[in-house]
Amino acid sequence: MTAVTSAGCAAPDQAAPLPASVDLEKETVITGVVSDDSGEAVAGAYVRLLDSTGEFTAEVVTSPEGQFRFFAAPGTWTLRALSRHGNGDTTVTASQGINQVSVTVAA
Amino acid sequence: MSRDTALVSADWAESNLDAPGVVFVEVDEDTTAYDGGHIPGAIKLDWKTDLQDPVRRDFVNKQQFEALLSERGISNDDKVILYGGNNNWFAAYAYWYFKLYGHGDVRLLDGGRKKWELDARTLSKDAVSREATQYTAQDPDVSIRAFRDEVVDAIGTKNLVDVRSPDEYAGRLLAPAHLPQEQAQRAGHIPTALSVPWSKAANEDGTFKSDDDLRQIYGEAGLDDSKSTIAYCRIGERSSHTWFVLKELLGHQDVKNYDGSWTEYGSLVGVPVALGDEPGKA
Repeated sequence: MTAVTSAGCAAPDQAAPLPASVDLEKETVITGVVSDDSGEAVAGAYVRLLDSTGEFTAEVVTSPEGQFRFFAAPGTWTLRALSRHGNGDTTVTASQGINQVSVTVAA
Repeated sequence: MSRDTALVSADWAESNLDAPGVVFVEVDEDTTAYDGGHIPGAIKLDWKTDLQDPVRRDFVNKQQFEALLSERGISNDDKVILYGGNNNWFAAYAYWYFKLYGHGDVRLLDGGRKKWELDARTLSKDAVSREATQYTAQDPDVSIRAFRDEVVDAIGTKNLVDVRSPDEYAGRLLAPAHLPQEQAQRAGHIPTALSVPWSKAANEDGTFKSDDDLRQIYGEAGLDDSKSTIAYCRIGERSSHTWFVLKELLGHQDVKNYDGSWTEYGSLVGVPVALGDEPGKA
């Protein structure tokens, strides 16, 4: 598995298990799956995390199973997915721990 | 510099894939994306293993850069087209190296890997090899690279532009939100630095915004055109993106990238640090 390194900025493997160093007592993890309007997972979608003002915060590419994961902070966030099959977005109010979200894209 | 000499479009790239003297180079921190499919004919550069010194915290020196480009088959007179993931962060970082070492014609592919993929353009898994060359680099042009002491001296005198996300600027996060937040150095920003996240300069497909939009964004943020500018982020790659915008697209004269960035500054003993959403005082 690809290690998540603190030195880098590239998107880590989105399907990898949470690293043992991640403390869910402290971290706010926003994670989920991007799917199309027929419910199929979308691999290689670009998922953008936007803050409560709509400002871009981070972006990852979904795993072969359509998964994404962000380490954020408690609050309201928008997830915007871009893909060859269309785009879509979802709003989430995240709290400490794991926050599960799904995003559907459509042309 | 201008858009005409610093950028190429995806359409231009697609019709010049086999053009003689044009070399496409994918640059990423994690090169598994390249291995899973790259622009046909493109070679790869790994930001970490190819472009960083393996021991010291610094990037490759002139001799290492010459050896790398010679081995990968890039000539001094090639037109080098750089692209990558993460909205071209690492490609912009590599662009800055190519400029630092005096390469003649180097450009970014507008939109990078993201636009190429979203447009459903061709990707290839074929192995690419190029004949070795004898590449000669120039001495590093440090007029585009800032070091820590001049960053401290720039507080209150030059434009300092912090291009990280607003939460990193304010000290609420220590790293981009797709990474765990476990770093130990202090959070916050360099006093007087303006907060202009790199992402303001990019459309959602990764292409750069128009020159008019870019001028407006940095003007409204309070960037003083008459002063020199130093851009920084966390490790110097997002700030390469902004350096590229200010120097290569908008043509500002004296713009430096501080590649030590927050991971250096936020660990220095005795330097001033500002917290919160305001720039703070010198």
